[in-house]
This record gives sequence, C-alpha cells and structure tokens, in this order.
Amino acid sequence: MKETTMATMAQTEHVKVTVKDLKGKVDPDWCPGCGDFGVLAALKQAIAELGLQPHTVLTISGIGCSSNLPGYLNTYGMHTLHGRALAVATGAQLGNHHLKIVVTGGDGDGYGIGGNHFVHAMRRNVDLTYIVMNNQIYGLTTGQLSPTSSKGMNTKSTPFGSVENPVNPIPLAIAAGATYVARGFTGQQKQLVELIKGGLQHRGFALIDTFSPCVTYNHDNTHEFFKQRTRKLEEMGHDPTDVHAAMEKGWLWGEVIPIGLFWRRQDLPALDQLEPVLGAGGPLAHRPLGVAPDIARALIAELM
Amino acid sequence: MRRLDLAIGIGGAAGQGIATPGDILARIFVRRGLHVNAYNAYQSIIRGGHIFLTLRTSDQPVLSQGDKIDVLMPLNQDTMNRHLKLMRAGSAVLFNSDTIKPGVVPDGVQLCPFSVKALAPTTRGDLVQNTLALAAVLRLIKVEFEILEEILTLQFRRKGAAAVAENVGVARAGYDYAATHFTALPFSLPDTGKRLAFFEGNQALAMGGAAAGVRFYCAYPMSPSSGVLHWMARHARQLGIMVRQVEDEIGVINMAIGAAHTGCRAMCATSGGGFALMSEALGAAAMMEIPVVCINVQRAGPATGVPTKTEQGDLWQVMGAGQGDYPRIIVAPTNIGDCFKVVPTLFNLVDKFQCPGIILSDLLLSEGRSSIDPAELDFNVPIDRGDVVGLNGDGPPVNGGFKRYLVTESGVSPRALPGTPGYVHVVATDEHDEDGVLISDEFTDPHKRQAIHEKRMRKMDGVLPLLAPPVLHGPADAHVTLVGWGSTEGVIREAMQQLAEAGIVANNLQIRWLVPLHAEAIVSILSRCRAVIIVENNYSGQFARYLRAETGIVAGGHIRKYDGEPFMPHHIVDGVTAILAGSTKRYVPVHEIQV
Repeated sequence: MKETTMATMAQTEHVKVTVKDLKGKVDPDWCPGCGDFGVLAALKQAIAELGLQPHTVLTISGIGCSSNLPGYLNTYGMHTLHGRALAVATGAQLGNHHLKIVVTGGDGDGYGIGGNHFVHAMRRNVDLTYIVMNNQIYGLTTGQLSPTSSKGMNTKSTPFGSVENPVNPIPLAIAAGATYVARGFTGQQKQLVELIKGGLQHRGFALIDTFSPCVTYNHDNTHEFFKQRTRKLEEMGHDPTDVHAAMEKGWLWGEVIPIGLFWRRQDLPALDQLEPVLGAGGPLAHRPLGVAPDIARALIAELM
Repeated sequence: MRRLDLAIGIGGAAGQGIATPGDILARIFVRRGLHVNAYNAYQSIIRGGHIFLTLRTSDQPVLSQGDKIDVLMPLNQDTMNRHLKLMRAGSAVLFNSDTIKPGVVPDGVQLCPFSVKALAPTTRGDLVQNTLALAAVLRLIKVEFEILEEILTLQFRRKGAAAVAENVGVARAGYDYAATHFTALPFSLPDTGKRLAFFEGNQALAMGGAAAGVRFYCAYPMSPSSGVLHWMARHARQLGIMVRQVEDEIGVINMAIGAAHTGCRAMCATSGGGFALMSEALGAAAMMEIPVVCINVQRAGPATGVPTKTEQGDLWQVMGAGQGDYPRIIVAPTNIGDCFKVVPTLFNLVDKFQCPGIILSDLLLSEGRSSIDPAELDFNVPIDRGDVVGLNGDGPPVNGGFKRYLVTESGVSPRALPGTPGYVHVVATDEHDEDGVLISDEFTDPHKRQAIHEKRMRKMDGVLPLLAPPVLHGPADAHVTLVGWGSTEGVIREAMQQLAEAGIVANNLQIRWLVPLHAEAIVSILSRCRAVIIVENNYSGQFARYLRAETGIVAGGHIRKYDGEPFMPHHIVDGVTAILAGSTKRYVPVHEIQV
C-alpha cells in the first residue's frame, strides 16, 4: 500500500462517526409512523456509538418495505433478492471477513421465502448481525398473511382468519444454532440500540427479531399492543446463558411478551474462524490471483 | 506403421469394480504417451444395474468413444448379452466361464473364457475375475507383465505384503493363461517416450477455475456437475479457495454473488434443475453488475430427467434464464482440454463487463475423460480484473461523489469494493440510478430507467469483438458442412474422417461462444457452404432455432439424438448419408446398445 493512501486511511479511521454521517442519499419512503424508522435510527445510533467507520460496514437486505433500509444508510449496501440476503451475506462475510456485515429485512423475507437460508446461516454460525423488522404482515404487497401473523388473524389473503400457526423465531433460532438471540421493540429505542450494539460486537450469528409495527395493514399488533405487553427480560431476572430458560421465555406470548437478550453463547467460533483457508493472508477478496508454479506442477502431476 | 486404434469395453453391475481396471489401463496408455478417450455409460444406482466403460486409445488424438469394441471384458452375463453386437472382426471377449455363458459371436471374434476357480482357487475376493481379465488383456496387447506388477504393488501396498503377493500371483496366472490359450491381438502398443495427463471434464473445469484465480467456490451436489465440487474441496487448502456446500442452488448462486461483490473471483456449478433455481439470481448479478461464473453441466431433462445421461437440452434455458433483458456471456467448451482453457478467458470477460458468465458443459464432456499434453495445462494465464477501485483495500477517496452506475459509452462503470474508504455506495436488484438510488418505488423515472438499462445492455457490444469468431474446420469446398456446438466437436470430426473414406467431403463449423453470437461471421461462412446439417443432442433443435433467429439461416438437414447417450461417429455418418440422399431432413439415430 502506498504511503499517501496509508495516511488517508489512518485519517479516515480516526474521524468520529456521528448519526448524521450515517444518513443515506435519500430519505425513507416508509409510511408515517412505521416502526422501521425506529430500527433505522437505532442501527445508526449503534454504529455511531461503536465508532464503526461507514466504509467498513456492509448492510445487506432482501426485498420488502424494511429491506429498503440500506438505501437510507451511509454504509456499503446491497439490496438483493427477496429472501436471499443471508445467502449473499454469508458469501460476503467469507469473501471479506474484515467487513462488519449487517443484514436487515422483514419477517416475510427472512422467515418465509428465506426460511431455508435462515436455518443454515444459524447452524453455520456465520458472523452476521441479522435484524428482522417483524410486523407480522406483508406490507409492500398490501397486507397479506406473513409467517409470523397470529393464528386467527384476518388479512386480505385470510379473510376468514388464518388457521396456521405462526413461526416463533426465538426458539427456532436457539435450536438452529444462533449464538446471540434477542428480541427488540421499536417502542423501546434505548434497549434496541443496546441489543444491536451487542449483536454487532458478538462474534457469530446474532438475531435481533424486532417488533416494528405496520401502521397501515396490521391493526392487531399495533404499537399500543406491544407497549402494553412487552416486558424486559433483564427485569424478569433472565439469565441469557441458560438455554432452557431462554427457550421457555421464547415461547411466552400473551399478556406478557418478553423483549431483550434471550440467549448468548460465546464459546463457539464463528464459521470464518473455523476455515483454515482464512487462517493467514487477510481477506480472500484482497489476495493476489494466480497459482504458484510448484503448485501447478503438483496439480498436473496428479493427472499423470 | 499402421495407426493404432484400440477400444476396450468393460461392463457389469455397479459395485463389480469397473473403474479400477479402467483406471489401470488408462494409466498404462497415457504413460506411454498414447491418447485416451473414456466414456462411462452408467445408471443412477449405487449397486447393481448396468455400467459400461469404453476406453479407447490411439497414437493419434482420440476424438470420441468410437463405434466398435476390440476387447470386451464382461463382468456379468448382462454385459455379454448386450455388447457382442459392437464387436469388430479380430476382436476378443474375455470372461469368467464359471459364471458367464458365451454368447453367439460373429466370425472372427475370439472367445476367451477363463475359469476363476481353476486359475485362482485359493483366493476369495470378488474382484479376482477383474484382475485375471485385466492381466489377460494386457497379455493380448503385449504389455509387459512388470508394468502390471508395479501398478498392483502400488495399489495394494497399504494392505500389506500378503495382499500384494496374492494379487500379483493372480495377475500372473491370468497373464500366463492368456499367453498359452488366447491369440494375441494384432496390436502392439508403442511408447512415444512422452507422458500424457488424463482427466475428466469436471476436473478440467475446476482446474481452469484455479488457474483463473477463483477464491470462492460453492455448490449443491448434483450429477453430473459434482466432480467440480469434489476437486475444489480436495484442493481448497492447497490453493486458498473457500469451498462451501450450500443448502440449495438458490443459496449457491447468491452466496457466490456475495463473495464476488467483495472482490473474490467466484464460481459455482450445477446441472439443469439446479440452474433453473439459480435463474433469478443470475439476473440479480447482472442488475447489481457483479461478475460471477456459473457452470451448467447438462443432463437429460426436463425436471429430474435422466440424471446419469447426457443431453444438450438447456441452451434455451440458459439464454432465457431469469426475467427481463440482461447482459450475459455464454460459452460451450468443445472438448475436455477446452474446459480448462475457457474458464480464465470467461473470468476476464465477466470481470471486464461486470456481468454473469455461463459455461454450458454436458455429461459427455464433464464426466468423460481424455488425455491431454501437460504442456497445454498452462496455469500462468493473463488475469484482467477490469476497472476495480480498491482491489487491495485502498483507493483515493472520492467521499460521497462515487457513482457506481455511471453511464458510460461502453456501459461499464468503475466498480468499488466494500471496505474501500471514500466509495460508499449501495448496489440494488431494483432498478436504480447512477448513484444506486432506487428508481423503482418513489423516484420512478422513464428516462433514467431507459438510460441505465441501455448502459447495462451496451456492454454486450463490447464483448463480441473480444471473442474469437468460429472457423470452418476441414476442406473449404466440402459437399456438406456439419454445424455443431459444444461437446459434439470430437464425434463430428471423427465422422468427417469416416465420411471421407466413403467419398463424402465434409467440414465442420463448431460454435463455442453462444452469447453473444458472431452472427455475421457465421452467415458469411455458411452462405458459401453447399449443404448445411446441424448436429445436436436434443429433440427440438435448440441450436437450429437459435441460429435461425440470429442469422435467418435455415439448415437443410438435422441430426438429433436425445436418448441420453452421446453420438457415435457412425450415427452422424448414417445421418449425413440419409439426408444427402434426400430420404429425410431430420435423422434420429437408434442407439444400438442398451446401457
């Protein structure tokens, strides 16, 4: 690396990042009152508080209202296909494991169409921070059933009430192997910032399922609904290292809906830490190409 | 000296040990500098069923599996019954007379029965008949016993001295029995003093990827493409390649795109069904302008189709994969050596034009095996990453002013890798403006959409001049021109030799780069040809339709095969003869043997 560039980089590294610096090129086009504004604000706050430089962060999303988020944030971003953000993010993380990768999206994107990738990214313990803006409805397609919609819910696609059980992402994530499993609520901004910060600092797969009410299409699970029912796990005396307690609290749904950190384990290495190929030599993306002559000779010798 | 052309067929049930004698024979041939072509007709079954390996060697390059068998090694009755009709006069059939009844053979075919019970009474291994037959074959073609002894010693070394002695003893018995009971074949294997390499197309594709500098390879196992994954996985640590087996093909291509976006050369391989799942994401790569290479090893379709059988039936799928118009480069390697060479070339193109590239192989190429001069395996290939800022994590900052999708005359905009200071931007699969801001929701704008769409599509104009136009192979004033694409090159060229012996002069136009297509060059070549016949391994003439769409050329005849087995040279000879005689315009050969 040239000296001038080194100086420039060093300079960039020491610039203090503010929430203002993280504002994207355009303002969100979400409906007024949408919970997603709270998630965007919390994510910016968390990045600023941790002092992460915008160019070191890659935010990857799928498709849907919430998945438009990377466009509203001044970090590197990818707005990929519906349900595919975690697959893209896994490739990006292994391609350059020095990047801090945040994945954002909605419940339909992550738990519906992307359900397979969700399970596999967690069992691999990829070092990602996955924030799901869970509004229990399909917003962008104008209000159909989502995988997290409550049983009995009336939507455009279930006019007589859904007969299906919803996905419960918390126990699912714990069972699948996520090593940081939390639930936030946009009505609890301060806690949400802390949960995201915790996820960003966690080495491994961090899920932050976040209640982010849809003010236009979901009239059941409103801001008020969660305000009355959510209760912080830290106030319930929950131990996030106790897997059985985490599962038990994860199943609670009704008069009390817990929010906070359900489960964390720090003794398991993330996927990139297990890959011998990444052992030395920095990110794969920056390594020189070409096969050394002695290796080429060995490869050909195998065929003789 | 007369030309050597020897085809050995080994057949039996899966699990009877066909691969090992095949490998030993191939190794003996290539170590003498002889060319080898191998094709294994098999079924999707772990044990049982029927497998038939054809191994053909010559002092000249071997272009196909050929038409006839000189030495048949049936390991069960089934193979004996099915394959005798392929025996050439002067050929030999070696079989265990304890379990296999001799079939009725034409005049001049030597039946060579041997008794496992008599020759190896104390050995209990099931594979004794293979060792006896292999040793007898080597005696028939006058290969010195010491060579077999050396190979068996290497092979059984790990099992201990007793195992080595037992196997060498059995081989000796077979070799000596053949010397006294069978008539040697009129072949002698020359030794050119040069050693050749021997590999399958999937290995060639994987090694081509390594040469190209692939840093990320992922796949979901699917026949007949899995060989690429196996080679990559085995060599991942040695070469510094991240190799991942992914949950499904949708994940595969998206994971490759993620890695490619960070700056890795990323590749994946699948077969038609997996490719179908990847379609949406290939469009995403084009929309986000991320270079990625996908190999489609075609098998007989549609749907699950015939997993272990070959076809060229995915041409229209790859040309139409994904919604909308988008730039893509599609190439069909024409032989196994070409599988190696095409990968670095394609990577340079997709990097330069920031779009997906597709390699259209098929089972015949990918699981077929061929000898190659090791000098042709050049790993020191030119690498062109295109216009990339920050490939080494640096670049002069432009702080906020970077337009990822800058509208340029070439359609190519400079790319910046995540992590580079001063170039922060968002890439999107929604339509976007030069800055990457979505113009799909709030900021829709027909003029912007048109400009950015044209920018993307303009890239294709830049690709074509960089591709070598197809060249007519053979005499310019031929009676007939055989047009093929991809894997049929070898068999067409061998058919040309047979046609010449029958007094029909043929030449061949083999198409390698499918998209973009050198339409003008093709028109200029074919408009001077007397008769055009298109040869392809599919039902509907996918290439014939494509050629007609792109050039207006309507071929006078078609030879098509879609039974799952590749063409044999005489199928093409028969087709050309029938079409030139005017008895049909569309000739579909009947495959003689059931495999």
